Amino acid sequence: MRPETEDDLSQLIRSAGAPLSPIGGGTRLHPGEGAGERLNVSGLTGITLYEPAALTLVVRAGTTLTEVRKALAAEGQMLAFEPDDRPGSTMGGIAAANASGPRRVQAGACRDALLGVRYVNGQGEIVKNGGRVMKNVTGYDLVKLMAGARGRLGVLTELSFKTAPIPPCSATLALPGLDAAAAVAALTSALTGPYDVSGAAWLPGQGALIRIEGLEGSVAIRGKALTERLAAFGEVAEGDGASWSRLVPQGAEGDLWRIICRPSEAPALLAALPQPLALDWGGSLIWVALPAGEAPALPAWSGHATRVTGAEALTLPAPDPVVARLNASLGQRFDPRRIFAS
Amino acid sequence: MQMPPPDPRILARRDAIAARLREVVPGAVIDDPAETRAYECDALSAYRCPPLAVVLPATTAEVAAVLRICHQEGVPVVPRGAGTSLAGGSMPTADAVIIGLSRMNAVLETSFDDRFIRVQAGRTNLSVSGAVDAAGFFYAPDPSSQLACAIGGNIGMNSGGAHCLKYGVTTNNLLGVTVVLMDGSIVELGGPMGEAPGLDLLGVVCGSEGQLGIVTEAVLRILPKPAGARPVLVAFDASETAGACVAAIIRAGVLPVAIEFMDRPCILATEAFAHAGYPDCEALLIIEVEGTAPEIDEQLALIRDIAARFSPIEFRESQSEDESRRIWLGRKSAFGAMGQINDYMCLDGTIPVSTLPQVLAGIARLSGEFGLDVANVFHAGDGNMHPLILYNANKPGDLERCEALGAEILKLCVEVGGCLTGEHGVGVEKRELMSSQFSDIDLEAQMRVKDAFDPQWLLNAAKVFPLAVSAPRREGIRNAA
Repeated sequence: MRPETEDDLSQLIRSAGAPLSPIGGGTRLHPGEGAGERLNVSGLTGITLYEPAALTLVVRAGTTLTEVRKALAAEGQMLAFEPDDRPGSTMGGIAAANASGPRRVQAGACRDALLGVRYVNGQGEIVKNGGRVMKNVTGYDLVKLMAGARGRLGVLTELSFKTAPIPPCSATLALPGLDAAAAVAALTSALTGPYDVSGAAWLPGQGALIRIEGLEGSVAIRGKALTERLAAFGEVAEGDGASWSRLVPQGAEGDLWRIICRPSEAPALLAALPQPLALDWGGSLIWVALPAGEAPALPAWSGHATRVTGAEALTLPAPDPVVARLNASLGQRFDPRRIFAS
Repeated sequence: MQMPPPDPRILARRDAIAARLREVVPGAVIDDPAETRAYECDALSAYRCPPLAVVLPATTAEVAAVLRICHQEGVPVVPRGAGTSLAGGSMPTADAVIIGLSRMNAVLETSFDDRFIRVQAGRTNLSVSGAVDAAGFFYAPDPSSQLACAIGGNIGMNSGGAHCLKYGVTTNNLLGVTVVLMDGSIVELGGPMGEAPGLDLLGVVCGSEGQLGIVTEAVLRILPKPAGARPVLVAFDASETAGACVAAIIRAGVLPVAIEFMDRPCILATEAFAHAGYPDCEALLIIEVEGTAPEIDEQLALIRDIAARFSPIEFRESQSEDESRRIWLGRKSAFGAMGQINDYMCLDGTIPVSTLPQVLAGIARLSGEFGLDVANVFHAGDGNMHPLILYNANKPGDLERCEALGAEILKLCVEVGGCLTGEHGVGVEKRELMSSQFSDIDLEAQMRVKDAFDPQWLLNAAKVFPLAVSAPRREGIRNAA
């Protein structure tokens, strides 16, 4: 099913008798998702408003990330939350997955840049929330609730985003000698000083990676100060700026796991895991592959681990019962017929 | 302004309810009518009503115990931080228990390596930064009331401030909360990493005006302090030119931490009050940039070049701490200065920055039609306007005329693509205007969230939604009880 308008979509949902799976590019599906009849929103495309001087973009959900990037770049702007650009990504899918890249440590997640939404709920009602302005506390913030809801509460049809200027200058510092656990201390040191770091990651073979961006003179000053600070952790080299788009592992052997933790907890978790595929967000995001069907055996920590590829969905630890009850209750109220359950 | 009538069944049980509350929080219940008067309003003092009782708990467990009793007794509850709400967000009804968080002001945990602080919700905004200042960190959201307002209230209203152009508002700096639901269950949402599995419940609790639960603890993102900051003051001979200059600066890719705007009536009032030495002009901007000294120079040079294209009357770059203080002095005194002249009502609509000239012209036209002066001071970088409508509270009919003008200005903000409130919240003040921004379906979608968190609609229920729209839920539940 591929509706061409929001009204068509609303009609389709109203008349649906069996589960539907809203799909953008289908590039970020987790295990267990996409099992219903696919509701393809790639017909709902186009930028409906772009005001570079107000840092505002309004776009229909099926519009591809590639098209949005191109339009923004023509005006010297970008999406600050830096979603990874796997081919076919749509803006609705990115919002539904709250997909956020390395610059999250500085500029926040996708949900922080999302200013407004339109969506169709499980009864086919067209709902709007938020708007196109940065400061808005008019009523409840359903925008945040829809961001990352993975299509369970409704089908996103239109989104407003805050855009950001592309920094004129960018520099990546690398500490190639560090393994993942040792890298966390270096990343923490960079993130806890006045350097305005816009990326703090680790990749096998490349070591710790730290990015600073801004006006040319400013990047030079901060780069020098940061190099001095990081010397305590090893030799600082010039890093590969292209690494920042490679931090979400693709095509891993076995099941890919995404582990969220406090950076200070990362070394203990890393000690209990095989060699990670990447670290991001200063060490609070660990990507690791495990043999199919296996779950990680981890010491108690304050975050969570999610299996993002493989046959079966699993998140550890099990959710708090009250949180689970609220999630279920919201699902029931936004989609009483459970049309978007799978 | 209407409030639902108090439930006589609850009023009749006042003493029994207070006695039950005393059992779980001895020494922390106020029900003497002489003392509950202190809680009859928040900073929106035009509307008042003493509550049934006030409870001042010291722990999350006490909040939970109090809520369990109120839930069993069917008593409405109104949470209150420091009571600085400008929209009547914590105004009580006569049958409501106020839960005040002012005693809960401790720092519970600080981790500089993980860049967060965990505080009790009654802690004041400025004292959060104070707690991490020595280590070189700060908490970014800076509402003008930051000396007095509580973090719990900031979360309820999703508060912003002058520096949110760069750092965002509360929701962008809030990593987690401990919240007590109306039935007394205690739950943690989010966490020190700011990401949790499932729906973003933290995101919807922030800005929900105390209607979904009572936040008792907050995990806040702390940031390393920038090396320095420097403001400039740019004066123009027309408001439209100042507005165009703001757009050009943002368009050029410079992102100052703050861009503040004041128009002539506001400048004249603040000069008479604070003597900041502002130039004689129609409008001025205060633009602040951050970083090391060379970084600041680099950014200010760009801003100077852009501003020059708009032929400013004056471009005053601060050369010292004292000059910086004086540039900010007038802006920070603006509200106090207006209060010296007359009574005023402060609006809080947000507009797309591109519509600024159109909206300023519209406000001037409406001001003439209603015969009341309006001064403008606002966060220009993000379009959050604060038109101040001057009126005389002692003159019969003036308040009503002022409210009518305020409503027209806010509707204008919505018409051009903005919203009714950017940081103060809806409260009781703008409740009835919600239908000008949202359809019935939009409001229904929001109310379903309250249904999930507070099925009996006991928490702060007469706020945010137009009374007629929320009546079936509030009254249906009550009559069934």
